[in-house]
Amino acid sequence: MNTSVTLSGLELENPVIPAAGTFGYGAEFAALYDLDCLGSFVMKSATALPRFGNPTPRVAECPAGMLNAVGLQNPGADAVIAEELPKIRTFFHKKVIANVSGFSIEEYAETCAKFDAQAQVGLLEVNISCPNVHCGGMAFGTDPAAAAAVTRAVKAVTAKPVYMKLSPNVRDIAEIARACEDAGADGVSLINTLLGLRIDLKTRKPVLANRTGGLSGPAVLPVALRMVCEVYDAVRIPIIGMGGVSSAEDVLEMLLAGAAAVEVGAANLVNPFACRDIVAALPAAMEKYGIENLSELIGGAH
Amino acid sequence: MKQGIFEIAENAPAAPGVSRLALRGDTSAVTAPGQFVNIRLDGFFLRRPLSVCDWDASGFSAFYKVVGGGTEALSQKAAGGTLDVLTGLGNGFDLAAAGDRPLLIGGGSGVSPLYGLARRLAALGKRPAAALGFNTAAEVYLAAEFAALGIPVHLATLDGGAGTAGTVVDAIYDFEYSYFYACGPEAMLRAVDKAAAAPGEFSFEARMGCGFGACMGCTCKTKYGAKRICRDGPVLKREEVLW
Repeated sequence: MNTSVTLSGLELENPVIPAAGTFGYGAEFAALYDLDCLGSFVMKSATALPRFGNPTPRVAECPAGMLNAVGLQNPGADAVIAEELPKIRTFFHKKVIANVSGFSIEEYAETCAKFDAQAQVGLLEVNISCPNVHCGGMAFGTDPAAAAAVTRAVKAVTAKPVYMKLSPNVRDIAEIARACEDAGADGVSLINTLLGLRIDLKTRKPVLANRTGGLSGPAVLPVALRMVCEVYDAVRIPIIGMGGVSSAEDVLEMLLAGAAAVEVGAANLVNPFACRDIVAALPAAMEKYGIENLSELIGGAH
Repeated sequence: MKQGIFEIAENAPAAPGVSRLALRGDTSAVTAPGQFVNIRLDGFFLRRPLSVCDWDASGFSAFYKVVGGGTEALSQKAAGGTLDVLTGLGNGFDLAAAGDRPLLIGGGSGVSPLYGLARRLAALGKRPAAALGFNTAAEVYLAAEFAALGIPVHLATLDGGAGTAGTVVDAIYDFEYSYFYACGPEAMLRAVDKAAAAPGEFSFEARMGCGFGACMGCTCKTKYGAKRICRDGPVLKREEVLW
């Protein structure tokens, strides 16, 4: 039985990757289990400068999921490289994925260039889809021309594979994916969270201080599968599929929809062992459905 | 932190609006009073955090108010059933800072974790005292257990039905103390900060995502930078809090 998959030359032992913003820099989870069982993991999104993020409350309960409006809290790319990457080296012995956010095309390029110089980083995931910051983030991911411009700027400064992380809050996600592919992206990651709102009946005000937040969790799985399917039909570059994945069966579905690897997000927050459990459950799920090589499953539903 | 399945030994009202939950299971991850647990409930995505009141090798107790759907669902769980619980979360109180005569200042739900603290401080040979505030005499809980530790207890109720009429802050002036530990609603903590005559620490509540430091859902600003209430807290030192 073979669980390995490849993302633009980056070999992964299995397709399971904790998603940005749900795994910190790995340390909290490394205290619980050996992270080397993962395909890779995505570090919390980094920006050029340190960010505190949004005021609290930043999270809200939802049916089969949650809203978050953390707002890209991070210590800045320099601190991630100087402090977090060396710590990660002590407990994770594979390549990590650096997720990069920005507020201008120049900032994306500047931050990506910094991670390009890090041997520990196997792939850059460029977040043009954060719904929780103003004047940046999702603004670049909802317009094909802007998405292409960020892609070109990042590709110009790195030799590492560049995966553009796409927003589901668009009319046609396939159109954005095509624009990224045409601009030279090595792959696309999707979906980021869906914009949502909850209201507190006692205060009659939004629960989140930011008013709106991004919906994640099992509630969004069918939306993510549909969008991965649409993008698979539209581009030839690999897709990292994510959105509500919380079991080995969900991973198989994502691969059939067209994903070459799968990120697991909100599930980590309610079951800190979620990714380990999914990896452990993959062989039995493969046997049950008669799968010998996971990579043969990719796009199988088309 | 540990994840474990716990058996419900007790889940019953202790006072109007307050229930006592006693769970049996592996408590080896609990290392300090003031830590909390995070409980999975069917039908809810996020876990629900509860402060530990007291614990031993075979289990722990906690008190909670029914304030929403999650705690309502918890209140329906019957003894004999099981719960999926993350234990040993947060930093807990700093017992080494107590000095000889620490004062424990609790309001409402915030009284609960101070009981486990009081018991341990007394066992260390300290001379703790407690100032406990409630809305009404009917809502008083745990006061007898505090008194049974043989420590001075001063009650305050807003309606004057028990102890001093007023807030818990009105009950702290009787004491001389080397250090304070405060837990309760944020408005109470602010009032304690204005009134307290010694160094101390505060235990904060927050809406949390994960409860173990991964999601940055409960970050606050402090004098020493951004801190996660769930992981770097819930207890913060008086001098670092930015009100």
